[in-house]
Amino acid sequence: MAMRDETRMLLESMNRLFEDKSTKHVIDRAETGAFADDLWRAVAETGVPLAALPESAGGADAEWSDLFAVLRVAGRFSAPIPLAETMLAGWVGASAGLELSDGPMTVGPVRGGDRLSIERDGNGWVLSGKASRLPYAGIATKTILIADGPDGEMAVALDRPGGADIAPGKNIANEPRDTLSFTRVRLDADAVGPLGQGVSRGALYRRGALARATMMSGALERAMDLAVGYARERVQFGRPISKFQAVQQNLAVLAGQTAAAVAAANIGIQALGKVDAERELFLIGVAKTRVGEAATLACEIAHQVHGAIGFTKEYALQLSTRRLWSWREEFGSDPEWAARVGSYACANGADGLWEMLTAAS
Amino acid sequence: MATPVFRFDPVELPPEALKMRVEVREFIKEHEHLMGFSKADFNRDFSRAMGRRGWIGMTWPKRYGGQERTAFERFVLIEEMLAAGAPLSAHYTGDRQSGPNILRFGTEEQKMFFCPKIAAGELSFCIGMSEPNSGSDVAGTRTRAVKIDGGYRINGSKLWTSNAHRADYCILFCKMAGDGKEETDRHAGATQFLLDLKTPGVEIRPVLNLLGEHHFNEIFLTDVFVPDNRLLGKEGNGWNQLTSELSFERSAPDRFLVLFQMLREMVRMAGPTPDKGTAAALGKLIAQLATLRGMSLSIAGMLQDGYDPNNESAVVKDLGTRYEQDIPVVARQLFPTEPELEAIDTYVSMIARSTMNAPRFSIQGGTREILRGIIARGLGLR
Repeated sequence: MAMRDETRMLLESMNRLFEDKSTKHVIDRAETGAFADDLWRAVAETGVPLAALPESAGGADAEWSDLFAVLRVAGRFSAPIPLAETMLAGWVGASAGLELSDGPMTVGPVRGGDRLSIERDGNGWVLSGKASRLPYAGIATKTILIADGPDGEMAVALDRPGGADIAPGKNIANEPRDTLSFTRVRLDADAVGPLGQGVSRGALYRRGALARATMMSGALERAMDLAVGYARERVQFGRPISKFQAVQQNLAVLAGQTAAAVAAANIGIQALGKVDAERELFLIGVAKTRVGEAATLACEIAHQVHGAIGFTKEYALQLSTRRLWSWREEFGSDPEWAARVGSYACANGADGLWEMLTAAS
Repeated sequence: MATPVFRFDPVELPPEALKMRVEVREFIKEHEHLMGFSKADFNRDFSRAMGRRGWIGMTWPKRYGGQERTAFERFVLIEEMLAAGAPLSAHYTGDRQSGPNILRFGTEEQKMFFCPKIAAGELSFCIGMSEPNSGSDVAGTRTRAVKIDGGYRINGSKLWTSNAHRADYCILFCKMAGDGKEETDRHAGATQFLLDLKTPGVEIRPVLNLLGEHHFNEIFLTDVFVPDNRLLGKEGNGWNQLTSELSFERSAPDRFLVLFQMLREMVRMAGPTPDKGTAAALGKLIAQLATLRGMSLSIAGMLQDGYDPNNESAVVKDLGTRYEQDIPVVARQLFPTEPELEAIDTYVSMIARSTMNAPRFSIQGGTREILRGIIARGLGLR
């Protein structure tokens, strides 16, 4: 099915932007702890981070499928900015009518076991609990959290770390993952709002998992591109190593896993907004499970093809593989999601398995 | 990006395909007694019944017995039939590759003669490709055709020919014996013929597989006469025709749905509330299957739009056979049992059958190594 022209143009221009601005130099610098301001500003100027919001809320009513396609491009170029987090923070915050920022934002909780709660305190609220390993929380201009309130889940908007104890951390790609702890932190009334239709902690976890799966599919494309390019150039025994069948067979497996990852992420993306929460869980589970499996196999091959050079900080392959090894664990690992997929199928029953697989989207 | 990325564009099934699914499920219900993992897979009555519904060659032009339906409707038909374990063998080769091959390269007379009969489920085809000394290396064929008055005289032999003992016709791949060039130039002289298996000089002998079943055969050809009007395409163009035929062969969803019923039995054995490890092992297989299905659907989209999915088909077959070979491996870890072919317990006989069948998945229709070679070529490495 042909891609819509607007989508194609968007992806081409975002590809150019990331290629120009998300260079190895920029990523290396970001990994030392300096935020990639120039890259962020260039991406923010396109309007992409908040494009999914309704026009009334400063967005462009963009299709989520287009925005996820942009995340794949961001993943391809290891973009060291909280693009997915800002998109999701905007989605949660706008649904609750909270004030947003046009700077980088973050969103949480990102871990299944974390608990945040709010209770009334005069005109305002108090927030308690912990949000572990929030991406870029140290630099985010807004932090949007979902907390348990007296009448169910509510959205909370915090400026900067907003009275939290912050324990800085990072993943193995040196992306900030900061833990925020709140002990009866006072919030104004307008910093809290009820979640909109279809927005919940579960829905955030699902979209977060799909965002990581989609970024991973892009990172896999990059790792494959590097491996194929390197194999063609590297000469050993008098010929490019791409001429050896053993290397060709490995690269063919890498290409197959990459193609499967892109296809699996698309299965999740196609489901967004079209199915109920349970089925969305299943289809996004397919995506995170399959992409995680592909990442494990593909990283191994991409490194094997590169030999020692791929194991250096100097060479770019590690920018992709360290992200793949980080992202495959975030918003639920592939074994964790596989168990959800399996449980969903078993609850559905053996005789419903085929219908479950073939139901329209 | 320097590397060509294989395209698997997401596809949503159009309404006519969803309607098709309802019709096929009703049909399957009516024929339930013929469906199943261990039932005979070659059943001419069933093929005729499908022919009467217009479900063989359904994408072909009406003039040649087809229904001019979409690739998506055919995709749904095939996936439903395969998942149910329907006996498709009597018509499937004709439907999937011989018919399309004839439509692409055949004469008007051949199209009119063969295609309506295939579509009716009346004519069964087999594939005369492999030989004792020419397996993956198809171009190494030693079967030779000599031009004689009114036709061709063919000598040689074919091996691993599935269902040759039950089929009516074979598309025979061989080389023209000529100036000797065919002995050195690998693709020179390659030619395909439409061989009536009742022709004098054709002898078919069974080769039992490791399950002890008669599925494939050896075909001996001794001074076999094929008339001029049963040459398919052009003399010497056989290699191109074969490449196109193999692309049809590999693009179907039958490369990952053969063991669907076994997966279903595994879900049944796990029960409604499995422990986390069991759920994760099954979930991993289900995620693989759902992804393969999505990729296969993209290929149907490419076929519908007139693209040749040669590389993409190789990718899906390579991944699909890996997934299918993993099923009995995961099964024996989750639900251990001694395999027994004749067991009354469905699962026990399934694990016996699937364990013994698994090796063939990554051999038939192009070995794993050949497929990965095709993918590597698609990446520009060879």
